[in-house]
Formats: sequence, structure tokens, C-alpha cells
Amino acid sequence: MEKKLKLSEKKIEKARTLAENITGKIQNYIDSHTTVAVERASLRLLGADGADKNGVPVPNIIADSLKDKCGFGLCKYYLNALAKTGLDVKELNEKIAEGLDISKIDMADLKSVEIKAKEEIEKLDKRLEENVSYRNKKLSEFAENEKKPWIYVIVATGNIYEDVKQAKAAASQGADIIAVIRTTAQSLLDYVPYGATTEGFGGTYATQENFKIMRKALDEVSEKEKRYIRLVNYCSGLCMPEIAAMGAMERLDMMLNDSMYGILFRDINMYRTFTDQFFSRMINARAEIIINTGEDNYLTTSDAVEKAHTVLASQFLNESFAKRAGMKEELMGLGHAFEMNPEIKSGFLMEFSQALMAREIFDKHPLKYMPPTKFMTGDIFKGYAMNTMFNFVSKATGQTIELLGMLTEAIHTPYMQDRALAIKNALYVHNNIDGFLEEIEFKKDSTIRKRAAQVLDETVQMLSSVKKIGLFKAIESGMFADVKRPPEGGKGLEGVFEKENGYYNPVEKYLKNKLGIADTAEAK
Amino acid sequence: MKPIKAYGDTLGDGAIQLSFTLPVSFGGKAKEAAKIYVQKMGFKSADIVHAEPLSEEFTFFVAYGKTDNYVDYDSVEYSEAVDKAMSMDEVNAFIKQNFKRKIVIVGACTGFDAHTVGIDAIMNMKGYNHHFGLERYPMIEALNMGSQVPNEKLIEQAVKINADAILVSQIVTQKDTHIKNLTNFIELLEAEKLRKRFILVVGGPRINNKLAAEIGFDAGFGSGTYAEDVATFIVKKMYERLSEKK
Repeated sequence: MEKKLKLSEKKIEKARTLAENITGKIQNYIDSHTTVAVERASLRLLGADGADKNGVPVPNIIADSLKDKCGFGLCKYYLNALAKTGLDVKELNEKIAEGLDISKIDMADLKSVEIKAKEEIEKLDKRLEENVSYRNKKLSEFAENEKKPWIYVIVATGNIYEDVKQAKAAASQGADIIAVIRTTAQSLLDYVPYGATTEGFGGTYATQENFKIMRKALDEVSEKEKRYIRLVNYCSGLCMPEIAAMGAMERLDMMLNDSMYGILFRDINMYRTFTDQFFSRMINARAEIIINTGEDNYLTTSDAVEKAHTVLASQFLNESFAKRAGMKEELMGLGHAFEMNPEIKSGFLMEFSQALMAREIFDKHPLKYMPPTKFMTGDIFKGYAMNTMFNFVSKATGQTIELLGMLTEAIHTPYMQDRALAIKNALYVHNNIDGFLEEIEFKKDSTIRKRAAQVLDETVQMLSSVKKIGLFKAIESGMFADVKRPPEGGKGLEGVFEKENGYYNPVEKYLKNKLGIADTAEAK
Repeated sequence: MKPIKAYGDTLGDGAIQLSFTLPVSFGGKAKEAAKIYVQKMGFKSADIVHAEPLSEEFTFFVAYGKTDNYVDYDSVEYSEAVDKAMSMDEVNAFIKQNFKRKIVIVGACTGFDAHTVGIDAIMNMKGYNHHFGLERYPMIEALNMGSQVPNEKLIEQAVKINADAILVSQIVTQKDTHIKNLTNFIELLEAEKLRKRFILVVGGPRINNKLAAEIGFDAGFGSGTYAEDVATFIVKKMYERLSEKK
């Protein structure tokens, strides 16, 4: 794509280098730590699943009985139980749900644990490989019907079976991506509920069974529409790595997955979040799941004009963290948003400039562009007009993933017709302005070029300051989203463990090996 | 008596636009059903001006209807929490003159609700739409606790910092979750015998002053509210309570 903003390549390079420096410091910490959620995710990938009669998931039962062993890695105990009992994974899960305490089983020699590990990892690799190749096969089979941007809508009824109806209808109207929004506050649960669910507030529980139900429905509608319909969920919160594991196994295609969102907006401890995001991104990278980062949220708490550079700075950081987790650019759906006050004179020019700036700087990345929310009111008619302007910028600047604005934003979770009207609006604009950017260029002193240059300058400045004090301190002082979080504060710190000598995790080893990540930090 | 009806282009025509979805497949029968449905709502005339399929099982309609139903405007009872808001400067002057100290306000978006947009608009320094938030008011100590704050925690904090007023924000209203949460908040305060100690204000897009009063708050504010509206209510109410004591 021809670059039209003529941004300084040198400054872009500088921002990338600064980001690498900043995340490098954090990565040293990550490499020498694990979390209870990383351990539970590893167990899940080895086959641990199910729940006891009180609904406590098997991975949690295991982690609870081995609380003080997290620093050594919990997989060993599960594999040992398989080796010693001779049960298969399903049978063992049932026994654990019925009360078998695997921490009490004598440890076999490491060799038989290794043999079991090899068996289960082979099964895992086969399953993930099948998912990846099925998706790629369908994407190429239906390639001629692929639209750009991909149209992304949300379903959020609380009932997975009702969600299925809404999702199928949306897909037949033209949606390419369905996100099942999670129930309020699931991000703060330190376990993933089990089974199909029909009750939730403002969304539907993310469970492996719900993933499976929606996947099946979307596969059916994909065949009918001759478009591969992507499924999204939320890989964030205290169970970030576990959701990644479940999504990888059930062939989700995208995951909301940000390196700092949980810290800033859910008050989750920063050590926990940084460690969890790394592991979850390795899983996503292996399963070729596109991540969506959450920079749009910054602009709901801060001013979209004044704080535009915080979005770009965070995109560079998210990119760098993702790279460290072995992720290709083609999987990095960096986020940004159309969130300026609609009353600003020439605000559209700034929105256009920033969206194009993101496109030009991150040219291989499937950028995720978010609609107006902060200035949406109960005036659905004005809101519909604002969404039209958003659709224009999105298409004209070549965004990849477009989350459609709903005219009833700020009123209720979307009704079926709200979604249909949003899709109609987007399809109209996308079709009508096709080829727009190829027709135009920008004057040297134009607002559009100057605005992007200014945001890039401010970003380099900001990243320089962050590098000086370190990312932990930067977050503590409120440099992102105007939210201040102390390093020892927030939820989930008690679930972070330093890796002990002899830490054993065959899943981590498999992922690093597969993704070509050097296994630098073997314990202390 | 002052009967009023919706106004389309002639006084008293009672013209209203509607849009809705029915769980039937698109076609002439669906349109006819939609028309009957609108008539059943009390519209003597009904025009289905647009119909289109949303899927094989659902159809969307845009309709216009005219109704004879009316409301007697004179019999409607409602009063706003604040008739005319003071400016930020006036609020500060009012506090200085009448209380001779800074007043303390704590606020949060409570329960499971994760949306900070409302409480931020009222409390944060920057405010919303060029109306500064309470943090900017020199004579107000404002503490914004953010979102997903349990009712217990908010009350605990209000006691700890000796707050004059508590602001509660509620955005999510699905399945009336806000009503349950707000009621629980009032019950907790009453159980602790703290109800009278604070001025209680609730805000959110689906909140109004009448609903707030029914639940037990001193005032409720809906969308379009700015910090000065809330501040004006609080200082006037404080003044009123102070005068009652004298």
C-alpha cells in the first residue's frame, strides 16, 4: 500500500526500539515466573477438564490441592497420576471430580512422566494442527467472498442458545465476525465455569461448552453463506491463559487479549497480568488466533484528542510483547478507536489521520477499529449518523477488523434489528466509497498529515519517558488511560510464583519450541 | 385539563413512528400481522412503510401509526432534583459562605457494573463536554472509586473519609440489575443506621429523580447531567439540613 502521510520512518523505528527496550525489562520478570492460571491452562491443554458436583473445575481442584507447588509446575502431578493409575485423561478427570487427590499419589520416576507428557502433547498438537488447517482450508475455499474490512458484531443475551439465533441472523445479514460478550465481572473470577449456560448479565459466560456450541452454529452458517464466520471471545481477566487454552482447542479465531488492559481497567495485579499475557499469547500464536488489543478503552477514560499518542504508544508495546510470545504480525489485531467529541470542528480530519497513521505504521497487522461509544447518547438518530462517519473512516483507511457501532449504544445490549441496521449502514458505506483512498493524496501542510506527525512525535516522547522510569512505574504514575495502579496492588498477586529450580512444564516447552522462542530463563 | 398527543405535522394528529422485529419469516402475511399488531397497541391507523427479512425466521418493520390516546399534562407529577444549576464558581462561593470548610464527596459505579463513563463524567477533573468534574472544584474533596465497587466497600469508604455525599452510578440495567443493587445499597445503610448521615445521589442513563426517590435516594440524575447539577443539589440539600438543625 502506498503511504500517504509521509511519516518519518526513522521516528517509527525509534518508537519500535524504545518499545523493545521497555518490554525487555518486563520479559525478564515474566521468564522467571509462573502463575496459578498459567498452571491451570497447562493442565487444560494436557486434558484436565470437567467439574465436581459444586461446579469447581478440575484444573482448580488440582491447583488447590497443590497450592505450594506452583513454582515447580503442576503438570508433573497430573501426568504422574495418569502414569500411576493407568487411567486415561477422561477417567482421571472423573476421579478427580469425585474426590481423588492427586497430590497424595507417590511420584513415579521422571521418565514415565515424560512418556505421558509426550503422549498428551502429541494429542494436543494434532488437535491444534487440525483446527488451524480446517480454518485455513475454509478461508481459502471462500476467499472470493471475503470483504474488507471484516464486519464484527457482538451478541450478548446471556443465554448461549439465544446467542446462537442472534449470531446466525447477523452472519446471514453480512457479519463476518461474531463476538460473544462475556457476562459482567467474569474477568474477576479465578476459575472458568463449566458447561453450557443460559443466564448472565450483559453477556454470556465464556465456557468451553459454550465455545463449542457457538463454533458449531457458525460452521453451519459459514457453509450456507460461503464465508468463513470467525468467532471471538475474551482472553482477559484472571483466567486469561485458560481462556486461551479453551479457545485454541475449540477453534476460536480471535481473542481480545491485551498486555495491560486487565491492570488498567480491571485492577488486576500487574505482575499477574504480564506473566499471564505472555503464556496466553503463546497459545494464541500456536493456534493462529488473531488477538485484539484494547487501546480503544484508553479513550473512554481520557480525552481522544489530547491522549491519541497513548494509543499509539500502547500499540507499539502490545506489538513488542506479542513478538516476544512468538506471534506473527498477521495475528496482531492492534486496537484503536473513533472516540472524539462529535462537536469538535474538523474532528473527522483528525480521526481520519489517526486511523490512516495506524494503518501505515502497522501495515501487516489486522488492525481492529472501534466505533464511537463515549459520545453516544439515547439519540439513536444522531448515533446512526456518527456510525456512518466511522464506517467511512474505517473503509477509506483500510482497517481490517471493524467493530460496528450500534445506534442503541448506551441504551441496551443490541436488539436484533440494531445489529441489522448497523450492518446495512456499513455495507452501504463500504460499497459506496470503495476505492476512495486510491483517488486522493494529502497536501504537505494539510491537517491530516500534520496531525499524524504530531501524534507520532508525542508517542516517541512518551515512550522515552516510559523507558526512563520503566513500565511498572509508568503505569503507577497514570501514564496510560489516566489510571494509576501500584505494582503490589490489584487482584491476583497471590497467584504469582517464582519458578523454582527444576520447574517443569512440558506445555510451555512445547509452545516455545513450536514458536521458536529461546528458553532463556530456566529457574533461578 | 390539558390533553396532549404526539405531534407529527398537525396539532393533535397523534402520529408516532415505530420500529420492531417479529419472529416470523418475511412476506405479505408478516406485513399484515405487523399492521394488526400495531393496531392492537392502540393505533387506529397503522402503515407498515418498510419490511425486510433479518434472517429466515425474523422480519424487521418500520411503521407509522396514529392514536387517539392522550395524556392530561396538568395531572403529571414530577420535579427535577435541581431547577437551575449554579456554576462551578457559584458552588464554591456557596460552600465557603455556608459551610466554611471543604465538603467531601465519594462516588463509584457499584456492583458488577464495569462502566466508569458516568461517574468519570461527573467526578474526574476533566469532566464531560466542557463541564469540569467535581475534582476540579476547589471547595470539594472528590474521591472517585471507579467501577465494580461493592456497596459495602463504598459505604466503608464514605464513613472512613467522613463524606457529606455519596454518588452511585449505574449503567447496566439488564434484567433490572440496577434496581436490585441500589435497593441493597439503601438497605445496607439503613441496617447500619447510616442512611441519614449522607446525602445520597444516583445517576445513570436509565435513572430519573422519581425512580431515585422511590428507591430511597435523595436525588436521581439521568443522561445530560453535568457536575454542576449534582454539586448544586448536594450543597443546597446540605444547607437545607443545616437550617433544619438550627
